[in-house]
Amino acid sequence: MEYLKLIGILIILIGFIFKVDTIAVVILAGLATALVSGLSLLDFLTLLGDAFVSNRLVTLFFLTLPMIGLTEQFGLRQQATRLIESIKGLTTGRFLSLYMFIRELAGFFSIRIQGHTQFVRPLIEPMAQASTKNKNKHKEEDEEVQEKVKARSAAMENLGNFFAQNTFIAASGVLLIAGTLESLGYDVSAVSIAQASLPVAFIALFIVIISNFLFDKQLSKKTKSNSGKEGEK
Amino acid sequence: MEAFNNNLLEFFFILTGLLMAYTGFRVLLDQRHPARIQTAIFWFLLAATFSIGRFIPAYISGLMVVGMGILTLFKQVKIGPINQLSEEKAQERSKRLGNTIFIPVVSLAFIAIIIAQFTPLGGQVGIGVAAVSSLIIAMLVTKANVKTALREGDRMVRQVGTVGILPQLLAALGVIFTAAGVGDVIAGMISAFVPEGNQLLGVMAYVLGMVIFTMIMGNAFAAFTVITAGIGVPFVIAQGADPVVAGALAMTAGYCGTLMTPMAANFNALPVALLEMKNPNGVIREQLPYAILMIIVHIALMYFWAF
Repeated sequence: MEYLKLIGILIILIGFIFKVDTIAVVILAGLATALVSGLSLLDFLTLLGDAFVSNRLVTLFFLTLPMIGLTEQFGLRQQATRLIESIKGLTTGRFLSLYMFIRELAGFFSIRIQGHTQFVRPLIEPMAQASTKNKNKHKEEDEEVQEKVKARSAAMENLGNFFAQNTFIAASGVLLIAGTLESLGYDVSAVSIAQASLPVAFIALFIVIISNFLFDKQLSKKTKSNSGKEGEK
Repeated sequence: MEAFNNNLLEFFFILTGLLMAYTGFRVLLDQRHPARIQTAIFWFLLAATFSIGRFIPAYISGLMVVGMGILTLFKQVKIGPINQLSEEKAQERSKRLGNTIFIPVVSLAFIAIIIAQFTPLGGQVGIGVAAVSSLIIAMLVTKANVKTALREGDRMVRQVGTVGILPQLLAALGVIFTAAGVGDVIAGMISAFVPEGNQLLGVMAYVLGMVIFTMIMGNAFAAFTVITAGIGVPFVIAQGADPVVAGALAMTAGYCGTLMTPMAANFNALPVALLEMKNPNGVIREQLPYAILMIIVHIALMYFWAF
């Protein structure tokens, strides 16, 4: 049965969905695949050991950790916060676009941040809310705009993080692409993969800027129509 | 030159292994650690595959990897007490250092790129050289001593933790899949729907395969190994696509899936809780149009640029 070879994929699917320990799931998937394909246990261990050792490059980013820890200890995040706080007088949309740009830049320079907890909640979302000058007449409308700004702030973080992280040559995504392709018989360099990830980072930023521009228009229309109503009174 | 490069790269792997072993020693000496022996063994095993993996029989490395898997399966690897960042201290220090704190992080990327582009050492050695030199720069900027640097390295290694080796393990799984011929089986199945040789349909299958698998598993890394072996290679790369372009785009195509799935709780559920949003799927709903647009961008880019 040829299809039995797919058992490894099934194990990964089920294991990840039910949140079983990921490392054990991957090893088990490899073991099952090897055994149904007629390899012996010793063959499997040899193959696994050889493949793991020859893919050490993927984990080379560990070597950057002492430097990152040191700069964190000496206020990297606090200084970044201060820089963002000094941004004033932007519309909501422009401010959010700027954050997306900063987030992409951080990805390019491999500045690892847990954006949602460290930046979006304490800094980005409150600043975005403040700049909406949300003064609608009806409370429901207020809340609707607030909810929208919250979702948008979180989305900026994810979009900036996802689409720019692979522009850094030692990003674990980049090293995994290089390692996997090498395992499959294609010799590729991490540098060229990081370069090939640049267009997506630019296009995502471009789409976000346009979308935020439209969002600004929508917001000002809302406040205008509200102040119009106010005037009639 | 190539032999020299390989030796230099091996040196950086040994160094990485020593960093992992350092965490092992710290854990072993820490009486307050809740799973002292087991956690130390995990880090020592990992350190051994890095430092001496090249020089020992492969099946022993394989056994060590299985050992790590057993330890993590039974949740025997724990962070333990680590030096927490002191908010006030960091605040005070950052006022003193100002923007100079950015110099080490920026130099990491710059040095790596410069070595990769303008020296015969290549990108892999470049990462190692950049990591070590940016650490030295960081120590100069912060005037921290070696002890502090090592302590911070230990803290970060523990925080990254066991999931840090997941990408490497997935790449290794790719080797096993290839040896077992998993890719051929999937290719056989898909060829019922996608005629081999049709580049556009192949590209669509690769991109959508990444998106859907990432949505189901909540993890683009795992999807990448599986889908690249099964769809990417036979239907896109073997048809003449540039593996670099196709591979890079496939991974970010997977991230489009991450934007749309509740399985990626860290990214889509966490902010809902942090921002106290009313709609539990509010973030996903906001991201949906971007994700769909970016999927189309990926298909177009891969079709026109990779071939």
